[in-house]
Amino acid sequence: MFGNLSLVGYGLATIGPAIAVGLIFAAYISGVARQPEARPLLQPIAILGFALAEALAIFGLVLYFVPIR
Amino acid sequence: MSMAAALGGLATLSTASGDSFETPTPAIFYLPIIGEGDWAITEQMFWGGVSVLLLSLVMVRLSAKAAVVPTKGQWMMEGFYNFARNGIARDMIGSKDFLRFVPLLFTLFALILLNNLFGILPPVMNPTTGRIGFPIAFTVVVYVVYHWVGISRKGLGGYLAGLVPPGLPGWIKGPIWVLEFITFFITRPLTLALRLFGNMFAGHMLIVLFVSAGAYFLTQGIVFQLLSVPTFIMAAAMVLFEGLVQFLQAYVFTLLAASYIAGAVADDH
Repeated sequence: MFGNLSLVGYGLATIGPAIAVGLIFAAYISGVARQPEARPLLQPIAILGFALAEALAIFGLVLYFVPIR
Repeated sequence: MSMAAALGGLATLSTASGDSFETPTPAIFYLPIIGEGDWAITEQMFWGGVSVLLLSLVMVRLSAKAAVVPTKGQWMMEGFYNFARNGIARDMIGSKDFLRFVPLLFTLFALILLNNLFGILPPVMNPTTGRIGFPIAFTVVVYVVYHWVGISRKGLGGYLAGLVPPGLPGWIKGPIWVLEFITFFITRPLTLALRLFGNMFAGHMLIVLFVSAGAYFLTQGIVFQLLSVPTFIMAAAMVLFEGLVQFLQAYVFTLLAASYIAGAVADDH
């Protein structure tokens, strides 16, 4: 079996963005639950925040493929 | 007796009966039709061209005989168009300037959506946006447009000075300007292209991994053959999940492009 330590590193690096995405959608859901008519206003904001938090995970994916030797 | 020995034991277990399982590598995305190396014509290029032809044909056909009382096709086309026009362009850019950018944003949305969906559509089963060249090309268009719009509206000096959000104390403006400059000129295009590429790439790898593992299990003993059933179920679930991700990524790409244009068009930061 072959492996690469950067795979473990990428796994660790996804924890931060995962928590961030969870927090963003938790805030979005509770916002809509309190004020359902604010949904069209909140939805693009939530997806924008999700995309920005996800960017960190994407950087990690790139660094996983960068050969270090 | 260490980790290496334990890993060696695992390796022999997984290859105990028959030939070993080859995990899919990024090389599965390289599918040349004509030629070799960097300048080869690949399957993704072929399907990218087909997607442009297909979209043009369908849209011209459905909008050619536009009528006040729409046909079913025209009604669906209008719903799709209104999603990009009102849901993305007008909401992000604002009702004053958005009409100029609707053709660009709608084209981006439709083209990226179809190219993403190629990842789960049977004759193709390979997202063309999983090759980094396609997201880079889309991003270059957006990059040029939002800088060009900002510079033509505020002038080069005004655009560069306008990178700093208003209302900051004077001493912090220098460092913030450097950070904003990096965000505008490096981070934004980089993340825009890599987000689309990374999602499509990883999704396709996942599907290939589950399907090839299931197929490999079928060649092994009875225990592994039973194990291949949940593996194939998981592969089917991943295909459905990818459909969701593919739509979401086309939406996110267009939404971010619209928000970058909105930032360049806006009078204050």
